[in-house]
Amino acid sequence: MPKIIVNETICKGCELCIGACPKKIIVIDKNTINIKGYHPAKLSDESECIGCSMCAMMCPDIAITVER
Amino acid sequence: MAVVFEKTKGLTDAPLHYCPGCTHGIVHRLVAEVMEELGVLDKAVGVAPVGCAVFNYDYFSCDMVQAPHGRAQAVATGIKRAVPENVVFSYQGDGDLAAIGTAETVHAATRGENITVIFINNAIYGMTGGQMAPTSLPNQITQTTPYGRDTNYAGYPIRVCEMLSTLDGVALAQRVSVDTPKNVMNAKKAIKKAFENQIAGKGYSIVEVLSTCPTNWGLTPTEALTWLRDNMIPYYPLGVYKDKEDVK
Amino acid sequence: MSEKVLMKGNEALAEAAIQAGCRHFFGYPITPQTELAAYMSKRMPKIGGVYLQAESEVAAINMVLGASAAGVRAMTSSSSPGISLKSEGISYLAGSDLPCLIINIQRGGPGLGGIQPSQADYWQATKATGHGDFQILVFAPSTVQEMVDLVAGAFDKADKYRMPAMILADGMLGQMMEPVAIGEADVKLPEKEWATSGHKGKRKHNVINSLYIDPNVLENIVVERYKKYETIEATEQMSESYLTEDADIVLVAYGASSRIARSAVNSARELGIKAGLIRPISLWPFPKDVVAKAGDTAKQILTVEMSMGQMVDDVRLAVNGKCPVSFFGRTGGIIPTPAEVLEEIKKLAGGAV
Repeated sequence: MPKIIVNETICKGCELCIGACPKKIIVIDKNTINIKGYHPAKLSDESECIGCSMCAMMCPDIAITVER
Repeated sequence: MAVVFEKTKGLTDAPLHYCPGCTHGIVHRLVAEVMEELGVLDKAVGVAPVGCAVFNYDYFSCDMVQAPHGRAQAVATGIKRAVPENVVFSYQGDGDLAAIGTAETVHAATRGENITVIFINNAIYGMTGGQMAPTSLPNQITQTTPYGRDTNYAGYPIRVCEMLSTLDGVALAQRVSVDTPKNVMNAKKAIKKAFENQIAGKGYSIVEVLSTCPTNWGLTPTEALTWLRDNMIPYYPLGVYKDKEDVK
Repeated sequence: MSEKVLMKGNEALAEAAIQAGCRHFFGYPITPQTELAAYMSKRMPKIGGVYLQAESEVAAINMVLGASAAGVRAMTSSSSPGISLKSEGISYLAGSDLPCLIINIQRGGPGLGGIQPSQADYWQATKATGHGDFQILVFAPSTVQEMVDLVAGAFDKADKYRMPAMILADGMLGQMMEPVAIGEADVKLPEKEWATSGHKGKRKHNVINSLYIDPNVLENIVVERYKKYETIEATEQMSESYLTEDADIVLVAYGASSRIARSAVNSARELGIKAGLIRPISLWPFPKDVVAKAGDTAKQILTVEMSMGQMVDDVRLAVNGKCPVSFFGRTGGIIPTPAEVLEEIKKLAGGAV
């Protein structure tokens, strides 16, 4: 099953991945705060991910790894 | 399951210091991926500018030189002339390249210096806190144009690719954007061509990348992408302004 | 040693640099150093070297920075107003611990000044070639032969200490012709493991940089650099002493003005005045030990310069009040005459003659 892995420690919660996701399944994880004080992004529904890498392509912090 | 997207070896493990949503990071990735794909990381030398991207000497995993403000292309010229086998690129913002470094830019271009220039145009000075840049748009509000850039008073923005495309030494002058995944892919193609040109000895290649500065524009990262699309692209149309391959 | 040939100072400097292994010259035209760049433009293409005429002195010094970072022997030459423009790059070279050779064929200033010989850039060369805490090596030849002889050493020391070196000459030396011997040096260029010329997959990336945001880090780096400067001041002072041992009046002069001072010393001796001359060859490090020693034995010290008095500050610091230090100079491109200097010596000698 395709999925993305967000490196939570370097994600700055900028939300550019959210806008890029064609399935609209990336959200900001309000329950997590990383060392820099940001809420990182996460998948809201792993089963919907198609591994298209659009999110990773827009991520300015190269915080996303994509598996398919 | 296979990893289909991961951080390129062209970048170090250092976390980027840029503000959230700043598109410098996207362009860093593209440049680094291109160098990795072309197999030139071991002989690449990058030149860091003065401005937000100054610390990119910590991010690119190839050899790096930090240049005085605006002088990146003179420094790149020195490196390339000293060791022509090196693959040399400069990475500069609009203040660095199109204000204080205009002479170095124009003359490196007209000499046909066999280097690759990555030009980040975000219409503002980022590191110093959002002053008017040579590429700030008419009526754009910045820290030093608080009532908007009055072209009668502060003059007009410089369209760098159009200007350089008149010079015979330029092999490639192309403007791209990183506001959508599709445009990011096109930007990568342009950057790749700019490096391939150098490897083939074709001369000066510049890729102007329309980028965002959410912090100094006073917008969220997502709003900044929209502002870029709505305001910058009409003034700075995307496209190829010079490609020597087209000239027969 | 090769046969002597008649050469202009500017051309001799250029050929000496080539013999010292320099293959990368970046310049911008300015009088009175023009022949140096012209010579390079003629020679470099024949020997696989690079002569590149930059769009400005600012660009030229930054091309030197890039070439030096890539590990080659690089140089530039200019004259006073051009050196001011290069000062930004020189500061970055010093802050990045990069070696290079800069030639200043001085002319009168300030501003556009004139095109006649001058020594009014002493302060600039030895105290403030740019912003920040740093020094560069400065050498002052007084003959065309010495212009040749100092070049290889300047490159070697620049490499050894990883810092810029300058030959501080003037329009008179640059333009004058004298017979010189330029030996073909057996140049062994040092390995530069710090150079940015591609890591070749064998090491972590090298970074050439002068930016340190953390003030503690920056202070430490500057302090370390000053330890190096201390070593240089202790070991690299160069000067020539002429008739100083029994001298009551010791002249201190470098470069072109030392030639005039030397004539005046000879004339003074003919008149029975015990005069001598210390000729600093390295201006930084200033040969303060020799000058300080002269302060112990001389009754008077007279500094002669083609300026309003710049090196005289260093002479006074070295002498440290042990005897009176006076100054005679002409400026604006005027070369003092031996007769004028002799008059100064006679004044200092008082009723002795």
